[in-house]
Amino acid sequence: MADSAAADDLEDFRRDARAWLENSCPPEMRTPMRSEKDICWGGRKFTFASDAQKQWLEVMAGRGWTVPDWPAEYGGGGLSPAETKVLRQEMAALGCRVPLQSFGISMLGPALLKYGTEEQKQEHLPKIVRGEIRWCQGYSEPNAGSDLASLATSAEDKGDHYLVNGQKVWTSYADEADWIFCLTRTDASQKQGGITFLLFDMESQGVSTRPIRLISGASPFCETFFDDVKVPKDQVLGEVNDGWSVAKYLLGHEREMISGMGGRSQGPSLSDFALGKLGADEQGRLDDPVLRARIAMHEVRSHAFAAMSERFMDQLKAGKIHPAQPSMMKYYGTELNKDRHELLMAAGGSDALEWESEGSGEGKAARAWLRTKANSIEGGTSEIQLNIIAKRILELPEG
Amino acid sequence: MPLFHDEDQETLADTVAPFMADRAPVSHLRKLRDADDPAGFSRDLWREFGEMGFTGVLVDETDGGLGMGHVEAGIVLEEIGRNLTPSPFIGTAVGAVEALRLADPALKEAWLPGIVSGETVAALALDEAARHRPQRVALKAERQGNGFRLTGAKQFVPFGHEADLLLVSARTAGGPCDEDGVTLFALPRSHPGITAQAERLADSSLAARIDLDGVDVDGSMVIGDIDDGRAVLNRVLSAVRTGASAEMVGVAGGASTMTLDYIKQRKQFGRIIGSYQALQHRAAHLYAEMEVARAATLKAQQSLDAGSESATRDASVAKAMAGMASGLAVREAVQMHGGIGMTDEYDVGFFMKRQRVLAELYGDADFHADRLARMEGY
Repeated sequence: MADSAAADDLEDFRRDARAWLENSCPPEMRTPMRSEKDICWGGRKFTFASDAQKQWLEVMAGRGWTVPDWPAEYGGGGLSPAETKVLRQEMAALGCRVPLQSFGISMLGPALLKYGTEEQKQEHLPKIVRGEIRWCQGYSEPNAGSDLASLATSAEDKGDHYLVNGQKVWTSYADEADWIFCLTRTDASQKQGGITFLLFDMESQGVSTRPIRLISGASPFCETFFDDVKVPKDQVLGEVNDGWSVAKYLLGHEREMISGMGGRSQGPSLSDFALGKLGADEQGRLDDPVLRARIAMHEVRSHAFAAMSERFMDQLKAGKIHPAQPSMMKYYGTELNKDRHELLMAAGGSDALEWESEGSGEGKAARAWLRTKANSIEGGTSEIQLNIIAKRILELPEG
Repeated sequence: MPLFHDEDQETLADTVAPFMADRAPVSHLRKLRDADDPAGFSRDLWREFGEMGFTGVLVDETDGGLGMGHVEAGIVLEEIGRNLTPSPFIGTAVGAVEALRLADPALKEAWLPGIVSGETVAALALDEAARHRPQRVALKAERQGNGFRLTGAKQFVPFGHEADLLLVSARTAGGPCDEDGVTLFALPRSHPGITAQAERLADSSLAARIDLDGVDVDGSMVIGDIDDGRAVLNRVLSAVRTGASAEMVGVAGGASTMTLDYIKQRKQFGRIIGSYQALQHRAAHLYAEMEVARAATLKAQQSLDAGSESATRDASVAKAMAGMASGLAVREAVQMHGGIGMTDEYDVGFFMKRQRVLAELYGDADFHADRLARMEGY
């Protein structure tokens, strides 16, 4: 009986959510995003692409539905896992865009909920939900990539504050972010055990950024420099010298986000795109049998990984997941996404090689293809994920 | 429904796993093979399956079964796969039961009690050529008074030589390649005019070549609609493809457990070989492929149980994905075992051979990728 009552409640929720979304989501926000420029990141420096985008953010943030499963006391939607799933299904069914995307939601928020003081949660979480503060991640350094725990950016104890000096690299959107969550060294005598997780304003005295131009021509990453930056001591997240625990917890969430990029919802259908470019034979089959076979094999994996993503989210919400499973998701999802873009390039042929022409959308296909090469590097390379799976899940011995 | 086993399903798995490992481990298969057993499986074990309720897992409770679904059938099949247990489970408890769901009450009454008790064995006689092409049916069923006369041949019919019941697809109208005009029949194998020649396969299981030489049957042996057996056939195929996927997930699990155990103890150059990154990365990649195959298989099982429209597609995705992942699992298993993996004395080769048969059964990964492409319009 309890089960069927719960199921009824969930159906009521679904009906109400659908009605509200139909009423509240501006028509323009129910069309597919045309490019990365349509993503709403929020933050002090953000320029909305349209009034509809701003309105959509505001109404969703008003209900806490930008982050539906965070507790209502911190501005979130306070929804149960089942309700969150229903809401996402209804948004997908109506074609509603994601109202707000941010590293605050996908990465810092979960770590704040787990490790933050009450004051820190009250201060930061509502601003993330409302898209008021945009966060960036200060992890990698020039000499600390895959071996992240060898990082050297120092935070010197000055009594009531830390003095931060050093350099980060691959800081996504550092030039557009308002605050940074940053790994610093507070004890040089220990590796993992000497790292502290700091939160600070990017407008602090001594912070500067320099965009890095990538092979795609875009500059989503920066070098970030810290020159005697003062950080108050109440801006430590977690314990001093225990930042590695926070960092690892957060990396798990980052991997979930990146692995989601392999999902089937992203971008146009591979087969539709190829049919548009190559046409079909008399039997309706893509008119390039070898490419058709490659696409079909990819689509098998893509459908199967969509099931894997659903299973992963269900297990995660039920607390039935191996802590290293996000590494598997990240590895598989990013490799699949790279493969997808190789196939898109093959289907596009020489058209897809054009870099600047109007017809190519200023090289949209080629630039996107190049961008995906970073998927299996950022957030821990594929090789690092395989190491983690081998050691923590398969329990193979250290070399 | 969340995409993981609920408590009841976990409990079932906790019952099936020790039963299968105790009653029918790989040594059971080896014994049957070494004795050149003419049945290729144990009737006694099949009766025990009946006593445990396994054979009736998909049979409605009103018909004496457990009234469970394809998720639960998959739990049994995964353990069958892990232990390489020779068993007519897919053809009987999944294929025939799924077909009989759509049959007249008289047919159900004739066959279901024996299936539930573990007395009856059924086999699917669908393929007519070396490659799986279930819509291509040349075996003729010509109208004779109130019934039909069946003439033609089938092959790759697992346990067809031992089966009491044969489910045979036959052409009642149109040409051999037409989608329509196929009808499904439920025939007692003892019917005059049926001969079954058992052929030993690479995995030492037995599959029959079956000849029907003017077999007279009456209309009561038809399942589903005459000339429109495609609907019931597709339903049966989705079920057995999903079942074979679950069995392959089990085969892959069994092979990789052996392999991980081996590379954790085997030493070369003074080190445990499992500490070498060259092997670690391959083992981790395999783990990922197997997890994805498991998810795709569970998705197909749930879709079948929910009667979802996507069940046909999900079954093809599962069969292709499980085929690829389990193929990788057994190849890596033999390679990582090195020379010992090539010996008959060691069990790991049995996994490779079983996987090869299951990969082919009801369509391999290429077949299902092509089918997926057709379904998606390219």
